[in-house]
Amino acid sequence: MPTKPAGTLYRGKVGMWSWVLHRITGVAIFFFLLVHVLDTALVRLSPEAYNAVISTYKTPLIGLAETGLVVAILYHALNGVRIILVDFWRKGAKYQNKMWWAVLVICVALFVPFAIRHLSNVFHIG
Amino acid sequence: MSVVIETPRSPRSRKGANWEKYGWMYMRISGAILVALIFGHLFANLMVGEGIHAIDFAFVGGKWANPFWQVWDGLMLWLALIHGTNGMRTIVNDYVERQNVRKALVWALWVICGALIVLGTLVIFTFDPCPAGSDPSLLPSFCTK
Repeated sequence: MPTKPAGTLYRGKVGMWSWVLHRITGVAIFFFLLVHVLDTALVRLSPEAYNAVISTYKTPLIGLAETGLVVAILYHALNGVRIILVDFWRKGAKYQNKMWWAVLVICVALFVPFAIRHLSNVFHIG
Repeated sequence: MSVVIETPRSPRSRKGANWEKYGWMYMRISGAILVALIFGHLFANLMVGEGIHAIDFAFVGGKWANPFWQVWDGLMLWLALIHGTNGMRTIVNDYVERQNVRKALVWALWVICGALIVLGTLVIFTFDPCPAGSDPSLLPSFCTK
């Protein structure tokens, strides 16, 4: 039995959590993409087949899941831009921490109008 | 089995193409393009008009009657699937320690990626918005003109 935990490369703080979230959102988007290519491919089968499957996307439960998907996409996209800036911008590494908080702020700023519009469509409000 | 991590500053082998570097560059280049393509896709499909409720066969038919959206969606398909598969490959390489399992998973990822790219590309570019014998009420309005 080891008497102490093994060494770890995880350091905590923004550097680690931004990376953890990037992975989780990336995997979630990947699996949605697989399903999304397959459901769209049904247009080649028949209008009825496509409409039947796509109608499940309009239910309240899946409507909420789509809202979650867009949160994942917003974070992954904007944090991806942050990664590009860290790699290619001269001052990127210096501002990586501040840029992560900026990523979160822009995510919220884009999410709020999206959610108002999308959820009122899903729940037929207005 | 313990994993040997290369010393970070050890020089890389000069034999053959540096595929990891090309993969690293691909993630950043495709990522930047995908931000624009996917934000545009979400806006056009979910924010305009009735949003999600407008999406049906006629909606897709109307979009893909325009080469602009065929190219948009085709680019999105190729860039996103390769980006996502390469990301999954990175994750598999990080967490799967048994060499044969790791190789099998990475191989399966690229097979799925290739199959979906072929399927999606064929669907976008061989799509018939007005299939013969279909209920006209389900088709784009231009089919009946």
